[in-house]
Amino acid sequence: MRFDSALGLESRRGPAATAAKVVLYAAMVLVFTGPLLGLLVSAFGRTLDPTAFSLWPDDFTLDNFVLAKDQNVYLYLLNSFVVVGFGLLLQMLVSVFAAYALARKRFRGMTFVMLLMLATMMLPEEIIAIPLSLVLADLPVLHLDLIGTYAGMILPVGAWGFSILVMTEFMKEVPVELEEAARIDGAGEFRIFATIIVPLCRPALGVIGVFGFTMIWDQYLLPLIVSTDSTTWTLPVALRSLRSNEEVGIGVLLAASLLALLPSIIAFLAFQRQFMRGLTSGAVKG
Amino acid sequence: MTSTLSPARSRTAPPRRPAVPARRRGTLTAWLFLAPALLLFLYFKFIPMALGLWKSLFKVQTFLGDEWVGLDNYRTIITDDEFAAAIWHSVVLALGTTAGSLVLGLVLALLIEGPAKYLWFVRTAAFLPVVTTMAAVSEVWRIMFHPGDTGMLNVVIGWFGLDPQPWLASEHSSLWSIMLMSVWRGTPYDMMIFLAGLVGVDRSLYEAAAVDGASTWRRLRHITLPALRPVFWILATLAAIRGLRVFVEVYVLTNGGPNGSSEVLMTLIYKLGFQKNELGVASAGGIVLFLATLALTVVVQTLRRRQAT
Repeated sequence: MRFDSALGLESRRGPAATAAKVVLYAAMVLVFTGPLLGLLVSAFGRTLDPTAFSLWPDDFTLDNFVLAKDQNVYLYLLNSFVVVGFGLLLQMLVSVFAAYALARKRFRGMTFVMLLMLATMMLPEEIIAIPLSLVLADLPVLHLDLIGTYAGMILPVGAWGFSILVMTEFMKEVPVELEEAARIDGAGEFRIFATIIVPLCRPALGVIGVFGFTMIWDQYLLPLIVSTDSTTWTLPVALRSLRSNEEVGIGVLLAASLLALLPSIIAFLAFQRQFMRGLTSGAVKG
Repeated sequence: MTSTLSPARSRTAPPRRPAVPARRRGTLTAWLFLAPALLLFLYFKFIPMALGLWKSLFKVQTFLGDEWVGLDNYRTIITDDEFAAAIWHSVVLALGTTAGSLVLGLVLALLIEGPAKYLWFVRTAAFLPVVTTMAAVSEVWRIMFHPGDTGMLNVVIGWFGLDPQPWLASEHSSLWSIMLMSVWRGTPYDMMIFLAGLVGVDRSLYEAAAVDGASTWRRLRHITLPALRPVFWILATLAAIRGLRVFVEVYVLTNGGPNGSSEVLMTLIYKLGFQKNELGVASAGGIVLFLATLALTVVVQTLRRRQAT
């Protein structure tokens, strides 16, 4: 007898077992993707009734996406892309730089810095939402008001403990001989960092890239605090305002929800391997 | 190698101006590379944390200036019925979601474990809720929770002969409905982590158990579950950190209603801070949430250690 799993289900054959398995797996897929499929179908349907939300398409139309334009949905989408674009770029740069110091250097205070990084991960950002809004309205020392700006939504996500730690773990694996060889050839610190270490960490860049993307795209409380008027709303924050519109009905809300969901789903499907890798390493680190 | 090189270097270095020791230069580089991250953490994590602690001791007034009130804000929180209810709802929601996701995640992981290609498809499809944007998926569930006969969930439970439920519209079911959605979104995550843990279980133990004639249940009970214990504690720790802070799903689905029946700590803090402008009390609420999260994490870690010994 061979075992590939704890229950050994795959070795059970025969019509009854197969039928049971088909029903089970179909039910699972349906339960977890049903709401998403329902959204996909309904967003392309003619639904003004707030209760009519179904898995069966009645008739195909792009009306909801056309009407969405008048409701500024594409402006919100653009805002979301601006925030996630610059936010992710900043986050990845910051993580790579910090990880280089933590993985390749030994210095006094390193344990303390590591502890600080872990502390930021143990501390959910919701806890500091109120004082963060005060800080953003008047940055200490610099006295800048970031409320109502893109920078207010981008800078706070710039440093993320998870990305830094994943990157650090990965950079530790690069053999020290490579670095020493380059140093003997006269390469400077930055050259070693940019042309040897970072290119070797490309797989890890994929991991922190896809995680950073979904993390920033899913931000809600931060843009809610920062974007005080509708011109800087990101799409997730704007959804609430689309709900109550009597004349356009529920269709625009569905279209906008679909647009808000698709980017992270596409990112996940495209970078599945990296995602799973980050998931297990992230879970271990908390 | 370095020991043979360093005397050579010191011989060629100019005698008057001692070169910066390599070690210290390395330290400087390290801090330079860390600077962006530390600066951002300082500004957007640590200063807000300190400011929150500070402001929680004041009655914060925009034009009149802050007035020192000591621990009054905390007293308000402890004695206020709204806060007590919100803390209770947060705890119920956190525990329910955690327990539901853990149990379902484990069962599903066991059911879809295996190398077959179609199982990979089932896993990927089932995992989708985890990567969805919370605000958008909450809007979808809000529509599905429509309390009328035609509401999608009511239609679905109708197939099984159940009566239509009021879901979010009733004081008695609003919190449970939110929990249902949270379990839906949390289960696939736990399932994936359990699956990763199942990969590490020694296959030869299963075969040995089969040779000894152990039943599937005994195999599960004595081999699989003990092997998954570390995974279980990881998930419990994550849940402790994340559980109490729930905001977006409640804010979108009910905003605490109806009649405060699903108000959680974060929605209450948000309302106090941004709608009633009670920044002092709201800051104190944030600190209470922090302490509660810390306490919960310590409890989980203590249990974990007791289990391990």
